[in-house]
Amino acid sequence: MVTRKRFKAAGALAASALLLAVAACSQGSTTKQPEAGGGQSSGPANIKIAYQQWGPGTTMKNFLAGVKTEYEAANPGSTVEVLPIVASENDYYTKLQLMMRSPNTAPDVVYEDTFLINSDITAGYLRPLDDYLKDWDQWGQFEESAKGAAKALDGKTYGVPDGTDTRALWYNKQIFAKAGLPADWQPKTWDDVLSAARTIKEKVPGVIPFNMYSGKPMGEASAMQGFEMLLYGTKDSLYNSDQQKWVVGSQGFKDSLNFVKTVFSEGIGPTPKQALDPNMGSKVGTELIPEGKLGIALDGSWIYGNWQKTGAKPWPQWTEVMGQTAMPSQDGGGKGKVSLSGGWTWAIPAKSKNPDAAWNLIKTLQAPKNAAKYATDGAQIAVRKDVAADEGYKSSAKSTQFFTDLVSVTVYRPAYAEYPKVSNEIITAMEAVMTGQSTVDEAAKNYDEAVESIVGKDKTTSGQ
Amino acid sequence: MTTSVAAATAPSGKPGRSGKPRAANLLKMLPLSPAIGLMLVFLAGPIIYCIYAAFTNMALTGTGAANVTFVGLDNFRKAFGSSAFSNAIWLTLLFTLLSAIIGQNTLGLGLALLMRRANKLVRNFVGTAVIGAWVLPEVVAAYLLSAFFNDEGTLNVMLHAVGLPGQDWLYAAPIIAVSLANIWRGTAFSMLVYSAALSEIPKEIEESAEMDGAAGSKRLVWVTLPMISRAVLTNLMLITLQTLSVFGLIYAMTRGGPGTKSQTLPLYMYEQAFSFSQIGYGTAIALVMLAIGAVFSLIYLRGLNSEAA
Repeated sequence: MVTRKRFKAAGALAASALLLAVAACSQGSTTKQPEAGGGQSSGPANIKIAYQQWGPGTTMKNFLAGVKTEYEAANPGSTVEVLPIVASENDYYTKLQLMMRSPNTAPDVVYEDTFLINSDITAGYLRPLDDYLKDWDQWGQFEESAKGAAKALDGKTYGVPDGTDTRALWYNKQIFAKAGLPADWQPKTWDDVLSAARTIKEKVPGVIPFNMYSGKPMGEASAMQGFEMLLYGTKDSLYNSDQQKWVVGSQGFKDSLNFVKTVFSEGIGPTPKQALDPNMGSKVGTELIPEGKLGIALDGSWIYGNWQKTGAKPWPQWTEVMGQTAMPSQDGGGKGKVSLSGGWTWAIPAKSKNPDAAWNLIKTLQAPKNAAKYATDGAQIAVRKDVAADEGYKSSAKSTQFFTDLVSVTVYRPAYAEYPKVSNEIITAMEAVMTGQSTVDEAAKNYDEAVESIVGKDKTTSGQ
Repeated sequence: MTTSVAAATAPSGKPGRSGKPRAANLLKMLPLSPAIGLMLVFLAGPIIYCIYAAFTNMALTGTGAANVTFVGLDNFRKAFGSSAFSNAIWLTLLFTLLSAIIGQNTLGLGLALLMRRANKLVRNFVGTAVIGAWVLPEVVAAYLLSAFFNDEGTLNVMLHAVGLPGQDWLYAAPIIAVSLANIWRGTAFSMLVYSAALSEIPKEIEESAEMDGAAGSKRLVWVTLPMISRAVLTNLMLITLQTLSVFGLIYAMTRGGPGTKSQTLPLYMYEQAFSFSQIGYGTAIALVMLAIGAVFSLIYLRGLNSEAA
């Protein structure tokens, strides 16, 4: 009897272990699946290049197709395999990181966001490029600040930037006219922005007055484009660079969360449900703005890329309809305007089997002609002097000058290795507030605790 | 998979008593050895790896990816001190209670009882409909159900048609919506288990109970249920374990949101491990899930054993 009991207990435990283990451990392998598709080619110069493909935009896809043709023609016998990773923001990084963990799956060239690159460098995923860069005649064309974008604490450079961006408010002049707001709108404080949104809500029904990205599905776009555009307009910031400590418990953080709460609880933004759609980013650019359903958008310099002839939603009238104005600080203090900058870089994984060929491909990607083409089509702010001086680039868009001028006030994220984790806590706090699940104080307290556990209590400091 | 587990754990009721010598037992194990080997490699292996990872700072990016170090109980301390984790535990228990123990179990039993009395046509129709939900792939079922519970979905259209106010179920009451979805999807399993158990009850016993004046609910409580109590416990154990680990259905319907209002433990684990890259912490949560499952199975096993005694 005893043995039978024991057997049954073991059986039941095994059954529970089985069922749970399937849930617990197999998620990794489902996430990994796409990499199995990257076939191994025997040729020594089969180069795999990975980038994020999400939403209807095809600028990068078309650009890479052109570069692939050019590279394969210049290097007979070589092939370039373009690996579009179809995933939303956070999933893209996860898939890329899983691919870079093994030499069997590591791509040769990867597209890395500057906010994540320090974390991936610390993880040992990337290869320093200094030996290549020192013999590269084009490196001198890059702005000093851009060269630093992918420089790690060890002083080595791990990525070649292909552009940067700034952020501001886009507003629809037609909707503003209907609401009786000025065509040349220059908000000076957060309240000016909110009151304009309230006016639109009242006078132009059927239109979303104001959009800011918020919550987990939009990933880093929520943290940077949404939250930090607010936080850096207060007296506080995320990171105190004098003390080299992360800021917790600041009034500015709570005020920023309060702004988020106001937008969603007063109904002057999208409904929280709309905002939590993982496709919100491409929806704003390709549907809401061109269809005249969004009054004010807190968004990036690149968004007009959607409306160009090569974009996902050609809309030539945008130059007349859409105005741009800087995001004001909380009460007009500081520099009065706020902008944040990021950008992407091309990098070579440490486990790439063809680093030399990969470097040649990056050189092709950054040949002057191609660099200018991507900066123009991809609606980038140029990081190269020759591209910035290029006539095609300068005349590419009416908004280019406005967004380039914002470079004088722009702020870079504290993109240290811990930043991605801190960023995740920001979007968790935003989502809790926007859905009404937590109060501002509770969400801020949870954020403080989480940051303390991520960076260690001794690496945090209180706000001003 | 589930059916084989069911076969392995549901005792047939006729214990095979044996007093054979050890060598013969070992010989009997021989044909099983390839299966055991595979189980060890593909089942025990990952579990042991999970246990190891749960005590490290393993991550997909940052320091935890380059140098995996041992952090002792830090991950567990972090979990038990975190409000997101306790929220996930609470939602998991609620989800299991609502959808498995109450929903699937009673509905499955009810359907099985009613179907015994129904004529063949009704029986075939209901059986097909219920089992259809069970046969559908999880993602398809989740898609259908999110269309059903959506703001402009079937449920609200039906409610409006009879003059009742609707609400955005997936947004306003996500844990209720996913629980209902899980009931819809999983009831067939309980129904099949109970149908099989009920058909084992000899007709004579029921007839004599009726002769003695036990009718309706009395007969159900005093005769039928005690006769199938072993099936009830086995069924409860299986559906509880299944429901604790439901991931795809909830992920496809709500992604655990809005906020964390439907973030059960498997979703919380997925988010921490794969969206936020903290593999070590994620596996620690997986171990906690394992422990919760073990507690439930022990409770049910106790019941089964006292039945057998």
